[in-house]
Amino acid sequence: MKKDFMQTAVITSNVRIAKATFEMKFDCDATAITAPGQFINIDVPGYFLRRPISVCDAEDRTLTIIYKVVGQGTDAMSRMSAGTELNILTGLGNGFDPERAKGRALLVGGGCGVAPLFMLAKKLVRLGKAVDVVLGFNTKDEIFLEKEFLDLNDLYEFGCEGFDEAYYAGEIYDKETQPDKDRLQRGKKPEVRVAVTTVDGSYGIKGFVTDAIAQMYGGEIPYYYACGPLPMLKALKKTVGNGGELSLEERMGCGFGACVGCSVKTTKGFKKVCADGPVFPAAEVLEEV
Amino acid sequence: MSAQERKTADISVTLSGLRLDNPIIPASGTFGFGEEFAQLYDINVLGSFSFKGTTREKRFGNPTPRIAECEGGMLNSVGLANPGIDEVIGEELPALRKIFKKPVVANISGFSIDEYVYNCEKIDKEDQVGIIEVNISCPNVHDGGMAFGTSPESAAAVTKAVKAVTTKPVYMKLSPNVTDIAAIAKACEEAGADGVSLINTLMGMRIDIKTGRHILANKTGGMSGPCIFPLAVRMVYQVYEAVKIPIIGMGGVSSARDVIELMYAGATAVQVGAANLVDPYVCPKIIEELPKLCAELGIEKLTDIIGKAHNN
Repeated sequence: MKKDFMQTAVITSNVRIAKATFEMKFDCDATAITAPGQFINIDVPGYFLRRPISVCDAEDRTLTIIYKVVGQGTDAMSRMSAGTELNILTGLGNGFDPERAKGRALLVGGGCGVAPLFMLAKKLVRLGKAVDVVLGFNTKDEIFLEKEFLDLNDLYEFGCEGFDEAYYAGEIYDKETQPDKDRLQRGKKPEVRVAVTTVDGSYGIKGFVTDAIAQMYGGEIPYYYACGPLPMLKALKKTVGNGGELSLEERMGCGFGACVGCSVKTTKGFKKVCADGPVFPAAEVLEEV
Repeated sequence: MSAQERKTADISVTLSGLRLDNPIIPASGTFGFGEEFAQLYDINVLGSFSFKGTTREKRFGNPTPRIAECEGGMLNSVGLANPGIDEVIGEELPALRKIFKKPVVANISGFSIDEYVYNCEKIDKEDQVGIIEVNISCPNVHDGGMAFGTSPESAAAVTKAVKAVTTKPVYMKLSPNVTDIAAIAKACEEAGADGVSLINTLMGMRIDIKTGRHILANKTGGMSGPCIFPLAVRMVYQVYEAVKIPIIGMGGVSSARDVIELMYAGATAVQVGAANLVDPYVCPKIIEELPKLCAELGIEKLTDIIGKAHNN
């Protein structure tokens, strides 16, 4: 049986980090989140349905989410103060598979969809993989996590010299987070590069994430991981192709597979976004089936 | 164990000869085929459960979004998404047998009388099915579902047709989207129904005021949750006056208190629906709470209170 599925999480901080965007940190057992891209479902007092929010980071007893105020429930969340206890369902859904990327990974986030990519980037860095991050927003005021992604470069400090040894000594990296050996053998420091696009051109590259990707790569585009609005995911599939994973969003009833509210048609049949996803191989979703 | 606890109230109930350890039955469409909940608790603590409404063909259901919220409840327009009767019998029931050792309530839907008959005939052969709950009240599909549950004549016609092909108890699941639910229940009883279960969801609608558009792709959806509970109590009460067959009551039940109230109105067993989606442990919690609440209220045998509000 699933342990720690339902928990009482205590808010340790809840701050505005961009326009209508908040970062909430919880003290709880964060170990139920085993893959980046998984989500929690929050019981917001006064509202019947829980609010499913993807996890931005999870380490030991600190769970971080980033959410946008889009309605009354998230508005109520934005007014909660540190010390407030919330009932959450955690460890929900299936996340991204960091193993799939070879030496370099492309992470594409749109708006709030940027949040789960942070935990993924961290994991990829620990695997010794280079990470290109493309963040798409409407305008400058909405931008968040740009600096935090760049700061992940510091995580490589162990890595470059003696990175290999550290792994094999089992001091820093456990068996699951094996560094990319090819890259290490080339003796080059992996890196995190970040590009930001804004639709109105108020910051970074003017346009959409696909415009940035077109500028960044002359040749082959790395295996990609994407989370964001449906038009962005469709554009990615069209321009970059199926060599990646997409995190889908849908209005959910339960978040754990019981109500079948969030179904999606895939090339492998009808699936539930909450329990079979939210992350799916790009080739399986947003196809005419 | 204290002396008070030792004198535990008897919370078992009987539906058409089928004895349930307790009256709690998760409602169809909120419990899948049990698998998700079996990962959270031993589902054998339940009285029974009603599995996802099954049709002849596999169905995706309505387009998404198909979930919306309201004060004290929710709306769904799932539209009978299910694997189809053959896959239910071939895959879901064998899987269910491993996790649930009690008779299950088979929720059967259809788009024509022929389809109801076809599905009931097939499910009749399944040993694990204790009761067939015939859904003539789904508000989310056209040309079927609720169309059969909104007139006494068509409700009776479906009842009669399915009774002819099964020896299992048949419970007709009724719609609240009618003027006189008691008349429909009565028609089902006269056509041979062994029981009725009510209420299904109420047809509702939500509009996003930022866009002026419907939130549900299907425009309308079935409303459920605590906000509909008083309506369920009233309808169970009215149906109890009209029929002699047992009633499985449901509609917004989320606590042991609600269970007792609905039984006073006339329910023999009680289904829990939307509450499962927000608190997946709500059913075991209610089952644990029931004997304590009975003790508190001086109820020795839960069946003693069925329909008692009518005499008070």
